[in-house]
Amino acid sequence: MIREFRSISEVNGPLVFVEGVSDAGYGELVEFQLNGEIRHGQVLETTDRFSLVQVFEGTQGLTPKTTTARFLGRGLTFGVSEGILGRVFDGLGEPLDGKPRPFVDKYVDINGAPINPVSREYPAEFIQTGISAIDGMNTLVRGQKLPIFSGSGLPHARLAAQIASQAKVLSSEEKFAVVFAAMGITFEEANFFIQSFQKTGAIERSVLFLNLADDPTIERIATPRFALTAAEYLAFEKDMHVLAIVTDMTNYCEALREISAARREVPGRRGYPGYMYTDLASIYERAGRIKGKKGSITQIPILTMPEDDRTHPIPDLTGYITEGQIFLSRDLQHKNIYPPIDVLQSLSRLMQRGIGEGHTREDHSAVSNQLYAAYARGKEARELEIVLGEAALTDLDRLYVKFADRLESEFIAQGEDENRAIEETLAIGWRLLRMLPRSELKRIRDEYINKYLPKVES
Amino acid sequence: MHGQGYVVRVAGPLVTAKGLEKPMMYEVVRVGELKLFGEIIGIEKDLVYIQVYEDTNGLRPGETVEPTGLLLSVELGPGLTDNIFDGIQRPLERLREESGEFLARGFSVNALDRQRKWHFEPLAEVGVEVEGGSFLGEVIESSTVVHKIMVPPNVKGTLQWIAGKGEYTVEECIAKVELPDGTLQELQLMQRWPVRIPRPVKEKVFTDVPMLTGQRILDVFFPVIKGGTACVPGPFGSGKTVIQHQLAKWSDVDVVVYVGCGERGNEMTEVLIEFPELKDPRTGGPLMDRTILVANTSNMPVAAREASVFTGIAIAEYYRDMGYDVALMADSTSRWAEAMREISTRLEEMPGEEGYPAYLASRISAFYERSGFVKCLGAPERTGSVTVIGAVSPPGGDLSDPVVQATLRSVQVFWGLDQNLAFARHFPSINWLNSYSLYLDRIGEYYNKSFATDWLKKRNEAMAILQRESELLELVRLVGYDALSTEEQLFLETARSLREDFLQQDAFDDVDSYCSLKKQYVILSSILLVHEIILQRIRKGEDYASLVANPIREHISELRWLKEDEVPDWKQMQDSIVKSFSEEVKAHD
Ligand SMILES: Nc1ncnc2c1ncn2[C@@H]1O[C@H](COP(=O)(O)OP(=O)(O)OP(=O)(O)O)[C@@H](O)[C@H]1O
Ligand SMILES: [Mg+2]
Repeated sequence: MIREFRSISEVNGPLVFVEGVSDAGYGELVEFQLNGEIRHGQVLETTDRFSLVQVFEGTQGLTPKTTTARFLGRGLTFGVSEGILGRVFDGLGEPLDGKPRPFVDKYVDINGAPINPVSREYPAEFIQTGISAIDGMNTLVRGQKLPIFSGSGLPHARLAAQIASQAKVLSSEEKFAVVFAAMGITFEEANFFIQSFQKTGAIERSVLFLNLADDPTIERIATPRFALTAAEYLAFEKDMHVLAIVTDMTNYCEALREISAARREVPGRRGYPGYMYTDLASIYERAGRIKGKKGSITQIPILTMPEDDRTHPIPDLTGYITEGQIFLSRDLQHKNIYPPIDVLQSLSRLMQRGIGEGHTREDHSAVSNQLYAAYARGKEARELEIVLGEAALTDLDRLYVKFADRLESEFIAQGEDENRAIEETLAIGWRLLRMLPRSELKRIRDEYINKYLPKVES
Repeated sequence: MHGQGYVVRVAGPLVTAKGLEKPMMYEVVRVGELKLFGEIIGIEKDLVYIQVYEDTNGLRPGETVEPTGLLLSVELGPGLTDNIFDGIQRPLERLREESGEFLARGFSVNALDRQRKWHFEPLAEVGVEVEGGSFLGEVIESSTVVHKIMVPPNVKGTLQWIAGKGEYTVEECIAKVELPDGTLQELQLMQRWPVRIPRPVKEKVFTDVPMLTGQRILDVFFPVIKGGTACVPGPFGSGKTVIQHQLAKWSDVDVVVYVGCGERGNEMTEVLIEFPELKDPRTGGPLMDRTILVANTSNMPVAAREASVFTGIAIAEYYRDMGYDVALMADSTSRWAEAMREISTRLEEMPGEEGYPAYLASRISAFYERSGFVKCLGAPERTGSVTVIGAVSPPGGDLSDPVVQATLRSVQVFWGLDQNLAFARHFPSINWLNSYSLYLDRIGEYYNKSFATDWLKKRNEAMAILQRESELLELVRLVGYDALSTEEQLFLETARSLREDFLQQDAFDDVDSYCSLKKQYVILSSILLVHEIILQRIRKGEDYASLVANPIREHISELRWLKEDEVPDWKQMQDSIVKSFSEEVKAHD
């Protein structure tokens, strides 16, 4: 049911008012035709007299008098099939690699639908990333949404690429796929990812959606939704284990703010709209496992924290929705530690059920708890040392400072293609714990201490 | 249909309609061709504002709006426990059968199963006068809940007929009451109640009975009363949900209503897989049998989040009316407040602080007011309670947030979560220095009377040591540890023991997850006794280092990991502590 109008009455930033439309659907897709060029929009508000449309490609050069608005009678959809694997699309799902459109199995609404909570399967399968700070202390499991909280200039791209290339589930050979959504990142960064996928051969099993820094900003609102629609299809209809990397959510949120400002909505904190929590949840919750389905979606969104501030609304609201976070620290970066993961500020909420006997190893949880407690104490003592000098510390605290130093340089730090097995990660943990008096190891049962604690210090 | 209207505007979850003949505030309407579920929340001349509980994508002006004449209500009757509903009480299991793994729109599913038969035992006799709340009979609802079938509030008269013992569906007539005007009212196992109106009670009463939680820091330091209110504010990842889950698992109540309001899908799944496996500490039945879940996760329609909290509390009040102790957990009330804000913004109401509507505080306090320890209506005489515990998720963990502030004005207990404790994996990360319970004195007296006469005293001693610790740590930061006297060092050592061996509690450890009052008392008393002994002895000039090295201290730190039946009683423990210190004296001589 296509309707055409030539009655644009107002253009305001990315928004367009079309008068005389009395039956536009909420969320309906609109095509604007201006001198041979076609732009796309979506209805944000509809009334019996007009509708308000956001234009993904922006409104530069749009002349109300000569532009036609075609209401297409349907929402924004993506044509899915296994033919999307190995392909590159733009931020609105159009092929960008010069090849023809892949054949279409079916068209799917990019907004998806919420997974019924009773259909969910609790994620509990350990993913070995080969990175100790993650595997040992912030374990990732299949179906988790675990963002990377980064800052400008920090190596989140390298870390995400390393995860993508090393991630595997122990004892399984299953179909996997990578879905990559870029929103407003530089060509260079996007290229880094593509090359890394090429190097590992994952490119054949990847679907890429690219909206780069010089692409239209409003398009960024649609890009992750296209990507997750592809991911859902591959995971829940084609049984694949999908790793979805979505970057940079900060640019996504900025696009949201732009629309909100243009609508003159009452702004929430720092000008971001009050519904940003709900909006972000509609992206992040599109991860997980479903009962009776073989596939899964593991989501790794990346965001850069403005001014490295974790209480900024973007990381804050993200943290309230996701199942933990990997927190990158500028301090560690300055100490030349890669990956600069601040384990204390990081968290994996799904870790408990993904580790231990039958998943990783029986002592994993206890070792992790003890490393946390000891590292926290060591860092605290280190701060005291900075203020008062070493002499002010007790012998035990001095030991803890040393422990913290070694945890950073031996456990957290590792090579960019160093892929550590979980046993190796735990062994490093035990080696470090060996530095402390046995009576300090309160969080570990004697049984494990007797079994795993090295006999000699090294 | 007669009296129906049509859509004139759609903006997200808010739909404006015209043409409805007799719209009523809070009336349920069906919107559009898909018959989306909506509720009238504003009427202005011929314009009617509707919040829609389902996704409005594709909805267009001109589509019809059907009135139903009913207020937004819950169905109350057997079949609520061991069940999971969405924010407007649609059973999610049934929705899955109807519409698959993903939630489809426009499905209308009864909350209570209409086919299932329940075994009804009559309790009342024909000819008696009955009123709202009077027991008519009972149904074994689950292994742990005997469901009392009550006369609905607002019905009063003479019982003319009651069904015999037997199997009935929730809709079959099981009793007839002759009303004062002579008409006969038929009653079923099921009744309806509008969620936004509190169910009536005889009166609220004063009580000093604690709701025991099996969580050491809560029961000893910041206890909550049956029928009381508490809040758990904290930044993301600080442990709000884990605390709420722990309370749902271990609280000594009869029924638990858990409202997942705008939070994660997997957290509901977790309850669904865990609770059937766990045992109700009171009855030994599966924990799920006393639990009712209301789940409106963050990606489900935002308006239903607003309703979910009311759906939950109406169900809680219903079980309270049976004479039960009910606990309601709402995680997170901030998402509920945000839903109000979103709707209010779309209504273009005058915004208050941070864009929240001006009525935010009054809605929050009205919600917490629905808690309480009450005398129930009807015969027999009985009491019941609803305890309400709300999680609050302030932006950036900042307690000046309007939702936190309004909540603090409405509740009696504040469990403040501390990000730094969470970073150090000190869980539960409740900050013992700024948290409080206004019930402390009352409950302390109760403990003193019914459990151990020195309960409150010991609690206060322990708190004093922790407070002293924070002062001393300030000092250490200025002058270093060595500048402290041995007595001061002892305070730090004891405080450390209190933190690590008592306050910390691992929710994921099978044993540590729950700690009985008795065990709590033994651990606390042991730590304090050791402190006292060492203090006396260093004052007499004995060597501090060898005193704190006493192996009994290590034994005390292992207590929390001991199963309930392996924990020595306090008398035994006291003896071994005293003995171990006197042996030490001998060894030194
Ligand atoms: N008592 C506890 N014992 C062990 N671990 C805990 C405990 N409390 C919290 N944790 C740890 O902290 C993590 C975060 O807790 P939780 O999910 O309850 O946070 P939250 O405050 O609800 O966060 P959000 O606001 O984002 O929902 C848990 O996944 C768990 O790893
Ligand atoms: Mg939570």
